[in-house]
Amino acid sequence: MTSAREALQAAAKKRILLTDGGWGTQIQLKKLTEACYAGNLGLSHDQKGNNDILALTRPDVVTAIGESYLAAGSDIVSTNTFSANRISQADYGAEALVADINHESARLGRATAEKYEALDGRRRFVAGAVGPTNKTLSLSPDVNNPGFREIDFDELKDVYLEQVVALAEGGADFILIETIFDTLNAKAGIAATLEAEAKVGRELPLMISMTLTDLSGRNLSGHTVEAFWYAVRHAKPLTIGLNCSFGAAQLRPHVKVLSELADALVMVYPNAGLPNELGEYDELPDTTAGLVREWAEHGQVNILGGCCGSTPAHIAAMAKAIEGLAPRQIPEVPVRTRLAGLEPFTMAA
Amino acid sequence: MTETTAASSSFVNIGERTNVTGSAAFKKLILADDYTAAVEVARQQVENGAQVIDVNMDEGLLDAEYAMTTFLKLIAAEPDIARIPVMIDSSKWSVIEAGLKCVPGKPIVNSISMKEGEEPFLEHARKCMAYGAAVVVMAFDEVGQADTKERKIEICERAYKLLTGIGFPPEDIIFDPNIFAVATGIEEHDNYAVDFIEAVKEIRIRCPHAHFSGGLSNLSFSFRGNEVVRRAMHSVFLYYAIPAGLDMAIVNAGQLDVYDTIDPELRLACEDVILNRKVEGEAESPTERLIALAERYKGKDAAQEKAAEEWRGWEVRKRLEHALVKGIDAHIVADTEEMRLAMDRPIEVIEGPLMDGMNVVGDLFGSGKMFLPQVVKSARVMKKAVAHLLPFIEAAKEPGAKGKGKVVMATVKGDVHDIGKNIVGVVLQCNGFEIVDLGVMVPWSKILEAANENDADMIGLSGLITPSLDEMVTVAEEMQRAGMTMPLLIGGATTSKVHTALRIDPAYQGPVIHVLDASRAVGVATSLVSDTGRDAFVDGYKSEYEHIRDVRAGKGQSVLLSIEEARANYYDAYLSDKPAPPLQPGLHRFDDWSLEDLRECIDWTPFFRAWELHGTWPSILDDEVVGETAVALKADADAMLDRIIAEKWLTARGVCAFWPCARDGDSVTIHLADEERHVTLPFLRQQIKKSRDRANMCLADFIDPAGDWIGGFAVGIHGIEPYSDRFRADKDDYSDILLKALADRFAEAFAERLHQHVRTTLWGYAPGEQLTNEALIKEEYRGIRPAPGYPACPDHSLKPILFDLLAAEENAGLVLTESFAMLPTAAVSGFYFGHPESQYFGVARIGSDQLEDYAARRGVDLETATRWLRPNLD
Repeated sequence: MTSAREALQAAAKKRILLTDGGWGTQIQLKKLTEACYAGNLGLSHDQKGNNDILALTRPDVVTAIGESYLAAGSDIVSTNTFSANRISQADYGAEALVADINHESARLGRATAEKYEALDGRRRFVAGAVGPTNKTLSLSPDVNNPGFREIDFDELKDVYLEQVVALAEGGADFILIETIFDTLNAKAGIAATLEAEAKVGRELPLMISMTLTDLSGRNLSGHTVEAFWYAVRHAKPLTIGLNCSFGAAQLRPHVKVLSELADALVMVYPNAGLPNELGEYDELPDTTAGLVREWAEHGQVNILGGCCGSTPAHIAAMAKAIEGLAPRQIPEVPVRTRLAGLEPFTMAA
Repeated sequence: MTETTAASSSFVNIGERTNVTGSAAFKKLILADDYTAAVEVARQQVENGAQVIDVNMDEGLLDAEYAMTTFLKLIAAEPDIARIPVMIDSSKWSVIEAGLKCVPGKPIVNSISMKEGEEPFLEHARKCMAYGAAVVVMAFDEVGQADTKERKIEICERAYKLLTGIGFPPEDIIFDPNIFAVATGIEEHDNYAVDFIEAVKEIRIRCPHAHFSGGLSNLSFSFRGNEVVRRAMHSVFLYYAIPAGLDMAIVNAGQLDVYDTIDPELRLACEDVILNRKVEGEAESPTERLIALAERYKGKDAAQEKAAEEWRGWEVRKRLEHALVKGIDAHIVADTEEMRLAMDRPIEVIEGPLMDGMNVVGDLFGSGKMFLPQVVKSARVMKKAVAHLLPFIEAAKEPGAKGKGKVVMATVKGDVHDIGKNIVGVVLQCNGFEIVDLGVMVPWSKILEAANENDADMIGLSGLITPSLDEMVTVAEEMQRAGMTMPLLIGGATTSKVHTALRIDPAYQGPVIHVLDASRAVGVATSLVSDTGRDAFVDGYKSEYEHIRDVRAGKGQSVLLSIEEARANYYDAYLSDKPAPPLQPGLHRFDDWSLEDLRECIDWTPFFRAWELHGTWPSILDDEVVGETAVALKADADAMLDRIIAEKWLTARGVCAFWPCARDGDSVTIHLADEERHVTLPFLRQQIKKSRDRANMCLADFIDPAGDWIGGFAVGIHGIEPYSDRFRADKDDYSDILLKALADRFAEAFAERLHQHVRTTLWGYAPGEQLTNEALIKEEYRGIRPAPGYPACPDHSLKPILFDLLAAEENAGLVLTESFAMLPTAAVSGFYFGHPESQYFGVARIGSDQLEDYAARRGVDLETATRWLRPNLD
């Protein structure tokens, strides 16, 4: 069988692909009780809200959500492991289960993908989702001490390494470093993935997805989209893109910038609009689909999907909206020395 | 007033003050654990124009890893500093790696080498790849540091092969082939600078995409304590090393002398030392001569006081006004200081005597008694006076001078032309406006951000090439989207009232004003900040634009033929007259065309036009109105030309080639036999219905379908940046604009001269041609050289095809921006048509049928073609 990287690239040449939508909001809909989350793992902390642990306690819920996305048209299913790292799991006293959660989630994703491949012969992919953790390498939490950091690069890299190895061993095709608010966190994730490749003995193609925190197009660590791309380009990622932060309407100019710059596939999965006063996402599937269709019409994207608040109905609406539209062509980028501070710096040839 | 340097430059200044080995002051701060003050040193570096900041903590008394990481984390918290990339500088790998773990962007590592063999070298290189960093490679191997040219080349080439062998991106390799001290008195050292320069030239050829860096201060080590001589040596060294390929250096940018302001005697002595020019039979060696000369500069500043002239005896207010009106900057700082001491508050000097003086200038300009070149000189004087006062104003914590208004100005994304924008900026400043100049190639997001941050009163956009028109529409759309209301000013050679009315004005609800030239800018800007006159002024423009739109929407437009009809009415050239095949087919490269020769073919009329002096050369010199100004401007231009040529500031590089081809409909197909491929040049045909028997022309009409020849060329003038940067650093806009205008003239002259060489020698279809310069300028010769982006061939996007055919980047060092503007800015490219009937024409408006046909021939989608050809579609 061709490698997952080649297979995804080949499919992306033919059409715009779809990844899945939000997981958190889908899980909330199931109205699970604390007992459902905790199962019989015997953990001391309250597990309610620990979505990732469901891989061990309610695998049926995880599988059902994954299947609902593939049924709606997704080519990629991501693992339900956004917070399945030692730092985030410490809040639930579940650090010891990090490897198990990731391994199991990847295995469930693999099974879901294979089930749908068998149905129609179309290849599906499993993206091992790695969240940013709630610590930041570039910023000080203490305003009076700007040089202070809660965590250092090597610690965070080891946190990622544990998660990435388990995802790979469980059967994930790709490692998806997503919702990147701190560029240096992402670089630690990249370094961890390179180390994990050596450990598991196979290539782990990276999907890298930045999240913007202000409308001018910077993430929390202050990097512009272009500077961010130069800061992570050494990872030779399979996809580069944007997720979460705002709805599709607000991402529009930044998708355009990235689309013109990046010699990698562009993947964008916005939230279903901006949250309303109650913190709920109420953008209708057809609205979101109409907005992402604009990017597709302009040849700016290779892979689309949804983040917070999006549902299988959103994915199905996107599938319909982009049908027959040509995927983005990867541009030829001239060879230049491209450095980055918070802003890009390109040297003349 | 802020001046942002463009984020792309051919010579990169690396800030050196945050280096404990190079700066005693910085070392003291770090040793005292005063990181707050140390961060301020970094900020100053960035403010002074450093494009990359070098951080070095290699000091025996320091925990270098701790100091490096602490400092990097602190500057990461300062957006003003963190916006530029960092260079992590240490001789210890552990310090470098600790640094890499703190830097979120893409830094440069300085340095790694093969000092300890290949394995550790590659190990470090792999880690740099994993962290995502470019790397400086020292020319150092197991044997030692490379000193001679041969050793430098050998080591760098070996390192390059090893690095690219493990997949290290070649563009991320920066060689430091070691700048060593010269004039040490040891004979073996005499050739070190020459070795460096020669080695760079050679390595650059052998190692494509690599860059070159070096630490300058070593060079002048033997003149420690004599700053005048050190600075002169550094400037002279860069003057020769930059054209050779040195593209970054660790320097204190504020402390470089402008090459042509160095005392000629000192400069010559430095050149003899750096170029190791020994004169046979002379008793004194170059080193001895420089040492003897250096005595004279000990503890002195190079600037020489000039003898006081008559006006120096006047009272100080009068002197300030005189200096401003006459553009004399020699005494401005002393006079400003005298005035400051005489007044209660420093701000009053600006608001009083200086503004009074500038008002005189403004009035003279407004009434046509002063002209742009003089106004720009006045602005230079004003800037210097204000620069002197600012520290006092800040120290007194007074609010800055309240100007008439604040204007954010930028040349839009994809475009690099800034002469016009700079002139407008200067003129507005002279009239009391504050200018925030964002430089060239500025994306819309940055323009909006700067406008909001600075609470600007208006935005001014500039651009020269047609794709910039579209980018201006984008800026307008985004301003609308962002809910802005401030006025938007549009200027630049391709902009027009019609385009502004049809495309830009409808995109933005706020006022949009097309400004025809610099002399109108003041009136427009003043009206826009006027409390009473603004509304009427804006309404006037709005209704004028509406009228233009109505006229266009009506039957105002000329009738278009269908493309089939237009093709049937093609220009029927007498094809038997086509030129014979070139005498010297293939590609011809010119690395250094004589500037002296080009000077002879300069067409001066456009030069004066750039300064808004209207008239034809040479009669403009006798013009009743502008003659005197024109004479003075020409004298300044001649003086600068003398220097440019004698001191070789600029290099004219060019390439041309000829290819067998055939006409294929409205396209010309080139056959590249060697490469077994065809290249299509799609051209556009006039579609407007012609009167009587005039043809609907297309460039393809001049090519024989049965087989013919076509040529192409690209020429550029290199090396302007260090001079331009230094002029600007010196607040000398006048010299900067003059230099840029002259570089443009050189590029045009080069195109003219090369075309002549093509006609008489290379293609050789007019071997006996004898034309005067006037006749050349009037194009009284056979054949044409239409340029992509100009009326006969309006699609700028043919440039990438032309550049590819010519390998213009490799052969002439020319590159294109995303909007197909050429870099360096002073450049010309085009096609050669040799048919005697070939002639220039304007394609003008075309129909959607031709647009669709063209998109197919050009191999792009309709949307792209529409964008490229927008000016021809309205």
